[in-house]
Amino acid sequence: MKKELTRQQYLDLYYYMRLNRAVEDMMVKLFRQNKIVGGLYSSLGQEAISVGTAYALEKKDWLAPMIRNIGALLVKGVPPRDIFMQHMAKYDSPTKGKDGTSHFGDLDNLHIVSPISMLGDLIPVMTGVAMAGRYLGQKIVAMTWIGDGGSSTGVFHEGLNFAAVQRAPFVLIVENNLWAYSTPVRKQVPLENLADRAKAYGIDSYIVDGNDVVAVYTTAKEAVERARAGEGPILIEAKSFRRMGHAQHDPAEYVPKEMRAYWEARDPIALYEKFLASEKLLDAKGKNEIEEKINTLLAAEREFAENSPMPPPELAETCVYCTGDDCHKIRAKWERPIAEVTPPRSSVKAVWTVPGFGSGKGSGGANAPIHFGDTQPAAREAGNKTNSANGGKPVAKMAAKAAPKKTVKARAAGASRKARR
Amino acid sequence: MAKADGSGANGGGSNGTQVTFLEAIKQAMFEEMERDPAVILIGEDVGVYGGAFKTSEGLLERFGWERVIDTPISESAIIGAACGMSYLGLRPIVEMQFIDFIVCAFNQITNFVAKGHYLWNAPAPMVVRGPSGGGVHGGPFHSANPEMYFVHTPGLKVIYPSTPYDAKGLLKAAVRDNNPVLFFEHKFLYRRIKGEVPAGDYTVPIGKAVVRREGKHLTILSYAAMMHTSLEAAEALAKEGIEAEVIDLRTLLPLDEETILHSVKKTNKCLVVHEDTKTGGIAGEIAAILCEKAFGDLDGPLMRVTSLDTPVPYAPTLEEYFLPNAKKIFSAAKELARY
Repeated sequence: MKKELTRQQYLDLYYYMRLNRAVEDMMVKLFRQNKIVGGLYSSLGQEAISVGTAYALEKKDWLAPMIRNIGALLVKGVPPRDIFMQHMAKYDSPTKGKDGTSHFGDLDNLHIVSPISMLGDLIPVMTGVAMAGRYLGQKIVAMTWIGDGGSSTGVFHEGLNFAAVQRAPFVLIVENNLWAYSTPVRKQVPLENLADRAKAYGIDSYIVDGNDVVAVYTTAKEAVERARAGEGPILIEAKSFRRMGHAQHDPAEYVPKEMRAYWEARDPIALYEKFLASEKLLDAKGKNEIEEKINTLLAAEREFAENSPMPPPELAETCVYCTGDDCHKIRAKWERPIAEVTPPRSSVKAVWTVPGFGSGKGSGGANAPIHFGDTQPAAREAGNKTNSANGGKPVAKMAAKAAPKKTVKARAAGASRKARR
Repeated sequence: MAKADGSGANGGGSNGTQVTFLEAIKQAMFEEMERDPAVILIGEDVGVYGGAFKTSEGLLERFGWERVIDTPISESAIIGAACGMSYLGLRPIVEMQFIDFIVCAFNQITNFVAKGHYLWNAPAPMVVRGPSGGGVHGGPFHSANPEMYFVHTPGLKVIYPSTPYDAKGLLKAAVRDNNPVLFFEHKFLYRRIKGEVPAGDYTVPIGKAVVRREGKHLTILSYAAMMHTSLEAAEALAKEGIEAEVIDLRTLLPLDEETILHSVKKTNKCLVVHEDTKTGGIAGEIAAILCEKAFGDLDGPLMRVTSLDTPVPYAPTLEEYFLPNAKKIFSAAKELARY
């Protein structure tokens, strides 16, 4: 961790990580009191990822959380009471009790898209958000998260590929917590680094220590601004560990003890407190004040949540359809001249231009970009990773074996990813 | 037979021009994109090529690369992206190159798009449209009628028109609707059916069936290509003194129960004809509605003429055997009329 933020930014990151953990601690208590209706998922030990990435967004930007991104919701401005009430299925919750967990959003004010349980679906949806924002001239960035497990779904790949060809202002955080329910990452993905997924789509990626909130924030900030500047989507792999089970019911006995001990010793909040103390950004008094502030806030938020009624049964039958302007006035917010996207200015000649082709010279011409006869073994390329977390040890044998002996080497291979960390 | 409200056999008003079913769809998209810059078109080969059936020909030239978007072959990504766009107030029209491929995006449509308004107050004003149906020897993966997968999904609207007038008016209504609308275009009708469309702007209300032919002996409920086949059968029945009332459902979700019940309470007999396969087809749902709401009015069993419960076969002999036709409808109607 190096010092490059303002004092307030450092303290904000600390506050939100502490708030994230306190909100979830309180929900564990509510769960044990049978006040939470369904499952409860924990982001214990991963708070630096949710907080550090979401803190890199501006107010106008859009995010879509996954189940372990309560911290991102808090940073974006969701009050803790909404999170409590969602889990408790209360009438005053954002979904009025129609769904639980982090499954809620806010299109108008906070710019949050609700997740669903099917993993990866948010990737094309947020690509669409990013494309629409660009079309309307809003200069926004869209961000979402996916786990190591979710990175194997088909829609992850369809979505990321589409975002890449569209060069959408989209940032994808791959939260590698090493476990998808009970299955370790090695049994899911034959790659050392999930960031390598980005290579296949010709987009840039970063690898960051997910337990170092300053590193997460500065990486995300750089990615967000590059995406905003039109450099296309960017993938960030944040490496961390899921300290609890998949959900409250799961004691996660399948996790090796040594592994848990290693990561518990790298608690992101404890690490950050050490840093803040050494940099003289936070003393014991300041820490107490923050604790006090959070305790007071959450006591009130919890009380509000507990006092909210359950939804009336008949509510189940309402709001399947939007009934029109009385229900939702849907109006795109244009921040560019409409004349740019309406005729005559929008009109184009509908032909493809393919660089190097079309001049009548044929594929053998001097400008033709495809050359035959330069095929090479692919295995050498497959192990090309200079920034892997294990110091460049060879990748799993499986990958090398599976690679065909000869294949056409793409011109851009190896040059497409700039792993910064 | 052309009536101003489009209720004639082939639809159409009296002051417009004769256009094909396909041209009507193209006009609807063109006019909606002209009217509202929030309307965009996204799909496979919709831009430079103008769509596999040329329904979007000329749209890219006029509206440009930002509004007519050629995509990779990624139906889930296309539907997902369109949904995201709709959250910012755009009104995307998604083309499925063949509607068969809509099931590749089944999860996106049924779980993400359809549930947003109910769960978290997020309307998704988008249209998913594409060529459907058989009779053109497209084989098992280019002939589907997948409408009932989606009629079973609360939150969606499902339209399946049969005339150029309705196709244009309903597609315009779908674009302006705040809900996700699936719009099925029977490809057999694309260039075979012509009808009049009015010169000016108009819409056809979603969720309203229409009486195509009045009759008193029995009611035939149908939609899409089978509506035309049902009318053909009705003409043959008339020669034998059986006057069938033919109703075009037009919208399958929400279903126009009022028009159905009104007709059946008059004729006391009901035959449902659809090209979709039999089990789980809309005929079963209509049978249940009639049992619940018009049991005492029925003088005979609800009968149905549908495709067989098989995949759509390729060979012309097999496909002809598989599909309903006027002869099959005629026989079923005659049997029903005897009650």
